[in-house]
Amino acid sequence: MTLNETLAQYSDWTFEAAFGVLVLALLLVASEYATYRSNVVEQRELVGSGAATGAPPAGPGRIEQERTRTWSERLGNMGRALIYPVAALQIASIVLRGLATERFPLGNMYEFVSMACAAAIVFGLFALRKPDYRTMWVFVLVPVLLLMFVAATVLYADAAPVVPALRSFWLPIHVTIISVGSGIFLLSGAASVLFLLRIRQPKGQEKGVMGRIAERLPDAQVLDRLAYRTTIVAFPLFGVGIILGAVWAEAAWGRFWGWDPKETVSFITWVIYAAYLHARATSGWRNTRAAWINIAGFAAMIFNLFIINMVVSGLHSYAGLN
Amino acid sequence: MTATDTPTPAPRPPKQGPIARALAYVRNLWRGLTSMRTALVLLFLLALAAIPGALLPQRSLNTQKVDEYIAARPTLGQFMDRLELFDVFGSFWFTAIYVLLFLSLIGCILPRCAEYARALRARPVAAPRNLARLPHHARAEVDDTPDAVVDRVAGELRGWKIERRDGGPRGRDDELTLSAERGYLREAGNLVFHISLVALLAAVAAGKFLGYEGQRILVADGEEFCTTSPASFDSFRAGIELDGTGLTPICIRVHDFTADYLDNGQAEMFTSNIEYQYGDDVADNIWRDAELKVNHPLRVGADRVYLQGHGYAPTFTVTWPNGESRTERIQWAPEEATTFLSSGAMRFDPPGGMFPDADERRRNQIAIEGLLAPTASFHGTLLSSAFPALLDPAVAIDIYKGDAGLDTGSPQSLFSLNTELMNQGRLVKQDRVNLYPGESTTLPDGTVVRFDGVTDFVNLQVSHDPAQQWVLVSAIAMMAGLLVSLLVRRRRVWVRVYRSGTVDDSERRTVVELGGLARTDQAGWGDEFDRLVERLLGDDAAHLRAAQEKKA
Repeated sequence: MTLNETLAQYSDWTFEAAFGVLVLALLLVASEYATYRSNVVEQRELVGSGAATGAPPAGPGRIEQERTRTWSERLGNMGRALIYPVAALQIASIVLRGLATERFPLGNMYEFVSMACAAAIVFGLFALRKPDYRTMWVFVLVPVLLLMFVAATVLYADAAPVVPALRSFWLPIHVTIISVGSGIFLLSGAASVLFLLRIRQPKGQEKGVMGRIAERLPDAQVLDRLAYRTTIVAFPLFGVGIILGAVWAEAAWGRFWGWDPKETVSFITWVIYAAYLHARATSGWRNTRAAWINIAGFAAMIFNLFIINMVVSGLHSYAGLN
Repeated sequence: MTATDTPTPAPRPPKQGPIARALAYVRNLWRGLTSMRTALVLLFLLALAAIPGALLPQRSLNTQKVDEYIAARPTLGQFMDRLELFDVFGSFWFTAIYVLLFLSLIGCILPRCAEYARALRARPVAAPRNLARLPHHARAEVDDTPDAVVDRVAGELRGWKIERRDGGPRGRDDELTLSAERGYLREAGNLVFHISLVALLAAVAAGKFLGYEGQRILVADGEEFCTTSPASFDSFRAGIELDGTGLTPICIRVHDFTADYLDNGQAEMFTSNIEYQYGDDVADNIWRDAELKVNHPLRVGADRVYLQGHGYAPTFTVTWPNGESRTERIQWAPEEATTFLSSGAMRFDPPGGMFPDADERRRNQIAIEGLLAPTASFHGTLLSSAFPALLDPAVAIDIYKGDAGLDTGSPQSLFSLNTELMNQGRLVKQDRVNLYPGESTTLPDGTVVRFDGVTDFVNLQVSHDPAQQWVLVSAIAMMAGLLVSLLVRRRRVWVRVYRSGTVDDSERRTVVELGGLARTDQAGWGDEFDRLVERLLGDDAAHLRAAQEKKA
């Protein structure tokens, strides 16, 4: 058997390390979120814009304020800085898996979910780099952490070679595209959920517990734009993934499309996301309804990943000929 | 709804004739069908209607599962069957939804194509009166004459569609305006996407009309078959337009089959060496070599030959007391996917002339039913298989004598004997034995049954779909159109140039106003407008930035 046990062990360890660092990052970002005071931010913004106009007016009694960071902000920055090592560890874990099994590391659900989580984190680092979005990290890290936990407990599979049907150069192409797309859809779904929360708790009128959560969120329009921008990246990616899957199915199963349960739910998901894009161009559907559709799309994605693979039997049950 | 709100009803329109009313009805129906809202609702319905296709067993995938499902729910199952819930993707309601969706799509796309053609020829819109109201705006004063400024800006706006207007109804008399528009490709991409979607459906439909696929089991020691008619296949799915004639002539002869396994019994690869004839080869009797593998079908013309499954076919010889013998070999069905423990049956007719009449002969048929293990492992006398490869084969069989059911006229299972015949006493068990290859057993009447050995069989699929490449072409065009329509942004820029204020003519400066509008929802301009301003106004951009900051 072509399998390097040592490397497989290292891969598992780096996965666990990524998980640990992610927990730490989440704790730090969450504690920033919990202790963030919006009035502090406003003050700082005032000071900031004053400094930007150039030299401070040299009046009597006016002392230039030292720009200090609050504890809250420091914790948050530490948390966000930790996300880079998380991404590095996730990628290292995937690469080590591939080296250990001498194949592309996307042969089972554990590997698929860890790839999708890595994609969500890496793409998040890119999409959430603006200061507007930084409080959103809490809501991205939570689902990623949840998925990684499920991957490591329920879905975990020992490093092993794959069945003949998966021995194809289409495996890295098709599955990578789909899992990266899934990761980006996760960001989009999170943004839409937060958008719905925000639109119910507009800035300055936050009420109750939900209001206190929403207080620290970016503006509703900012969230909406994030959801749209991530979807228009993930939607074509997912479409290409489905088409390449069809090309592979033509070589492996004798037909390019056969309404296998996985194919059917992919089709449903794609139609829902198409509806999302259409809703954004239809008056009366632009805001809340579009956001709900986007969430429905992500729900279909999750359903496709877990229920179709684990409950319904089909060709995508990673079985193949045997 | 709004009509009920108005207190005074609007004056009644002049009474229309029945034809006009019918036309109006059709027109309104068409407008309703082609509206975006209807398209949205139909998209939802399509997604919703596909759900039972994923969750319920489907005939197209597995008929046996559907039968089990219905059998477990005698009344509900029948009802669901009548609603075509087990043939979702061919059902009347699913077809209705997608036909309506595509009608709506075509009705939406055709006018948009015409509109797009007009927009391509139209001049960019005249500048609005107040550019400062636009989402993006910049203003600067420069020393050049208005003419020079406009010429320079027009030279800089390469790739934009430009229209220059002198004066005009919306502005001052001495002003010059420049309207520029860019991003026409967005709509083109969008149209290409939707048209390709229609083309994709058409190509898939053509494949369903003209294509076919058939399965055939062949023992891997030189057995051959030709696609002369659907009857030469074990199972066959014909396209709607197919009458069974005119199948592409292909002949296949299977030489061998190899399965590579890991130590834990997981398969690594399946390979089969075959010879084939295609087209003119059949007449010329030329055989060509090919290797079939998982993921590597044989492609000849518009046809593909796939290696889809494999299993084992045992050989048995029955020798009657008078010394005459018959040898048979037939595939047995794999029962366990991991160990390939297989089960099957075999029926032997005694040689002619051994018995005086057909009745007597029928009463003396020999039938075998049992299990085959490629790698035998016995628990007592109970046979199971330890490994899927053919390492140490053995069979555990029951041998019967009597009427095997061959002449009953009713269809018999290939893989099991008819229990009814046993219950009626027409088929009587003679022996139960475990045999290794070469071993034999003698029945009470002196008949000898010998297990000769095991051969691999392969399950081949021949698929024919002449429209398949057009499906791929449409899909690629679709994705290209989608990418263009999502990436390209439609945007407009207006430039207005005029002499400033009231100062003495020699010191009058030129005011340049720029306005930008992104016509794409949400995508916005980002910092493109700022970069554009910097490029257009060059050195003067410095003034501009100062002016902007003053404003802030």
